Formats: sequence, structure tokens, C-alpha cells
Amino acid sequence: MSNAVITIKFFASLREHVGQGDAETSESDTKTVIEAWNKATNNMAMPENTLMAVNMDYVEATHPIKAGDEVAFFPPVTGG
Amino acid sequence: MLIEIKDAPFEPYQRLLEYQAAADFSGKYGATAVFVGSMREFNQGDDVTVMTLEHYPGMTEKYLQKISQEAADKWDILDSLIVHRVGEMLPNDPIVLVAVWSAHRAEAFDASRYLMEELKSRAPFWKKESLKEDTRWVEKNT
Repeated sequence: MSNAVITIKFFASLREHVGQGDAETSESDTKTVIEAWNKATNNMAMPENTLMAVNMDYVEATHPIKAGDEVAFFPPVTGG
Repeated sequence: MLIEIKDAPFEPYQRLLEYQAAADFSGKYGATAVFVGSMREFNQGDDVTVMTLEHYPGMTEKYLQKISQEAADKWDILDSLIVHRVGEMLPNDPIVLVAVWSAHRAEAFDASRYLMEELKSRAPFWKKESLKEDTRWVEKNT
């Protein structure tokens, strides 16, 4: 079922650091944002200043996730 | 209240005039505060030839809308406009336009400052600089 999937995105320097822009995982083994990171990066250490979002809102690493969610990881923002 | 992401060069003053001409606050505003941010040809002591701006499609727009609504809730303003570039740009190219219209100057000044500061700290954009022989991500906003 495609809606059981959790989509994971990496942006900017973090995408280059982890070597991928997009990943997927399933709800059954991924309950929080940090678990999604560990799953998608094969337990790489997360850079200290990493920002996290679920469904395009900022969250903390312990934030719960569910099927259909989009989880994103990125470095501090530098627009403007 | 409008936000725009542009993937090609734009002329901020022309966009400002177009927006103002079509707006519904004609006759009501006594103040317009405008901020334009442009690309420098130097950063941290190095020459920068090209800058590439990346964003998170969807979340960037969501946060620009969110901060625009916050400004409208905090101050008595008539309207606001944010235009932001993404993609490759060259020195002198405009990066961002923020404009706020209000009846009196204090609200326009304060709300435009708020929009710029919140944009820089919360909107997901990232700058990558091309130097003469290297590229690097900008790590923190000044």
C-alpha cells in the first residue's frame, strides 16, 4: 500500500552529506523523526544544527510520524 | 498579501509598481516600506562569481505565507508583498523584495523589518557560492 510509506527528503549541504535527496521508509519500523533519520542514513551521526520538518512544519527529533507523512532534514536556512 | 518564488531574474521596482497599481488599497496608504536584498560579489573575504539558491518547494511558500499573516496580525498594515529568487544568480541580481503598505510609517517600517528577519531565520532557502575554484554552502545568515 503506497500510503503506508513515509517519504524522507534531504536538502542543501545535508543532501550532499548523506549522499541522497529522497528516501522512503515504512510506518511499521519508523515511529519518530529521529528513527526516520537513522533508517534512511543507516545510522549516520546527525550534524548538531540539523533542522527537521514533518509535513512542512518544523518539529523536534522526537516528533511522532505516521504513514503518508513527509519528513525533511536540512541545515540552518540562509535565504534573504 | 502575496508571496512569489521566481526561478529567473526579476526587476523588483517594476514588480512593486505593477503590484501597487493592481492593489485594492489605492488612496488608503500613506507609507510604503521597501527592502531589496541583492547578491554581493564578495563574502567572507572571497570573490563570489555565482550564487545558487535552493528551496524546499511547498514549505518555503508555506512559511512565507505564515510570516506574512503574522505581520498582518501584529501590525495595522494594508498589504504586503514578498518576492524571492531561487536558482542561479550573478552579482547585483536582486535576491529578495519585501514591501509593506500602511496608513502611517511606523507600521510599514516595523512590519517590513519583521518579515525580513523572520524570512532569514525560518524560510527554507539555502545559498551555495561559487568561488574562483571552488563552491561552498553558506553556513549562517548574517
